[in-house]
Amino acid sequence: MLNPISLAFKKAKQENRAALLTYTVAGDSSKKQSLDILNSISKNADILELGVPHNTPVADGSQIQTSAYRAIKNGIRMNDVFKIVKDFKKSNKNKAIILMGYFNMIFQFGENKFLNKCNSSGVNGLIVVDLPWPENKEFARKCKRKSIYFIQLLSPTTTTKRLKRIIRDSHPMNYFISMLSTTGGKLKVSPKHILKNYTKIKKIDPKKEIVIGFGITEKTIGKLKSADGLVVGSAICKEISKSLKHGQNPVTNVSKLVKKLKSKIL
Amino acid sequence: MKIKKKIPLIDQVSKLGFWGGKFGGNYVPETLKKPIEDLEILFNKLKNDKRFIAERDKYFKNWVGAPTRFIKLENLTNHVGGAQIWSKVVSDANGGAHKIYNATVHCLLAKRSGKKFIIGDTGAGYAGKMLSMAAKKFGLKCKIFMGAKDIARQQPNVKAMKKNGAEVIPVYSGSQTLVDAVSECMRFWVANCDTTAMCVGSTVGPAVFVRICGWSTSQISRELKVQLIDKFGSMPKKLKLYNCVGGGSSSFGFWNEFMDYDKKQCEFIGVEAGGPAKSKKHAAPLTYGSKIGILHGAAQYVNQDSDGQIEETESISAGLDYPGISPLHCFLKDTKRARYTAASDEDALSAYKTVTKFEKLRPSLEPSHAFSVAIKEAKKLSKDTIVVVNSCGDAYKDREILKKRLGKKYVEPN
Ligand SMILES: Cc1ncc(COP(=O)(O)O)c(C=O)c1O
Repeated sequence: MLNPISLAFKKAKQENRAALLTYTVAGDSSKKQSLDILNSISKNADILELGVPHNTPVADGSQIQTSAYRAIKNGIRMNDVFKIVKDFKKSNKNKAIILMGYFNMIFQFGENKFLNKCNSSGVNGLIVVDLPWPENKEFARKCKRKSIYFIQLLSPTTTTKRLKRIIRDSHPMNYFISMLSTTGGKLKVSPKHILKNYTKIKKIDPKKEIVIGFGITEKTIGKLKSADGLVVGSAICKEISKSLKHGQNPVTNVSKLVKKLKSKIL
Repeated sequence: MKIKKKIPLIDQVSKLGFWGGKFGGNYVPETLKKPIEDLEILFNKLKNDKRFIAERDKYFKNWVGAPTRFIKLENLTNHVGGAQIWSKVVSDANGGAHKIYNATVHCLLAKRSGKKFIIGDTGAGYAGKMLSMAAKKFGLKCKIFMGAKDIARQQPNVKAMKKNGAEVIPVYSGSQTLVDAVSECMRFWVANCDTTAMCVGSTVGPAVFVRICGWSTSQISRELKVQLIDKFGSMPKKLKLYNCVGGGSSSFGFWNEFMDYDKKQCEFIGVEAGGPAKSKKHAAPLTYGSKIGILHGAAQYVNQDSDGQIEETESISAGLDYPGISPLHCFLKDTKRARYTAASDEDALSAYKTVTKFEKLRPSLEPSHAFSVAIKEAKKLSKDTIVVVNSCGDAYKDREILKKRLGKKYVEPN
């Protein structure tokens, strides 16, 4: 069977649109609530990225840090993250789920044990922020053997030579970081410029799906809709923080936001 | 796992930046791959370039002040009544600590690469103070990231940074100490690596930063080797080198030139921060058997829980208050070339009292940890054993803490 990640892109292509990818942090603000959010946004999101909270996240800006620290404070553990995925998959069997996090969590769990657990709970892909190519070659091969996509990150600083090598070794989906920034930064380059870089990368191997992420909000997502997929993370985490602050329900507010994001790329 | 002879330890790395096949590396976001590679190419070229070395030596000599003194602590030796106790007074260096070596070299590298901005982390404030000094000297604009807790407890150094024109950015996340400052500094670099150079304040971080820092602080042992031979006519037969260990830059620099000696002749003793005697928290991953994990881009022994969350540390000494440790020291520990132990907050305070009672030397709280162990062990050692303690920082920055914990009379007048 095709990986649900590829199915999601296929479906979006049939509908002639970019895929919408959301990022939320597992356990934010509680285990139950993060599951409720996933269940509720899965109507409008094509692929769900679930962040594994880490307390020393060197590539995350303040919004995702806040979500991660909140989740950790509320007691989330690695096994709970898998449980959330498993529970989600019970009622959303074919929805694609990607875990995104830092390598130390995988390292401590044990690579093989981690991948087995991914399989048994229904994880379809992995993004490991601090395990770049070529360091990730061996782990990526292990993922492949388990039919899990290891998603390579590409950045504006990645040289053309390196891009080619990474893409040659890559699985069907890759992730282009729009600009020099941690997550949650303001979009400091124009969408046109981002798409120019995107097109350059896409040409290297048109068969590979390339999603764009970092700095994408309600305001900017529409201008990037010609990409294979678009990731929104910090804007969602911020919505959760805002809802909590105002005593509102994060589940409804985040669902509304995701619906709106979707409408902008149709 | 084995140390090779005649090859500098900083160069005993694999292509991917690992010592002993498992410590170090480059666990970094993709965005940093290119700037790190650029820095590696530049450093690998310059570290063997005669003109660059001459330039470094010129600044070390005329601006940093080389060599720093190597003195016998006669009164302390008599008081302890065992081995001879000596000190390498690295706090003589411009700015008052060893952090000046790494800061100077990073600014020289930043100039060569055409960068106009430089950023750095700091705990005790010395790495930040020295980077601000060097940045000013070499005409670079400077930002320093510092935990809010450290800003409060190391005010004299904060003032110095500001006076040198650096912007001090308080970090409020996590434990608000060094670990959070390094993370925030790396985040800033991710977003600004096209215009800005980064200096990591110790022998930690992605492999190239470990190497640059170790290369820079090795000045300490280069001087010491000459001074030892000068004083004793030849290398002493029983030499013990005591140094506090936070990230590990002063200790590595203090030992590097002696790496190839048998440890029976020249033993290395690293002293980590054990934290308050009554607390379970500590900053001593090597002493207390922490597991290997990844922190700030490198695999190392690090205080963490079973999931891999980095644990909070506690130490009276802001400079040692770090959950991880240089990959170089992990390698030295596993090859058994160095021995590691810890001193508590109380041990360090008591050693500070003893040293300042007998000598005209005011080691900051970091080297006071090393003095604590050196004094205890020297008691049991023969008179022909030469104990040398690296007094790598000056206590001026600690005056508020010392006043609070020991009373006014222990605080220097200036
Ligand atoms: C005086 C002094 N000694 C020691 C240290 C610990 O760092 P390292 O182990 O890198 O020398 C610091 C760090 O700030 C310091 O200021």
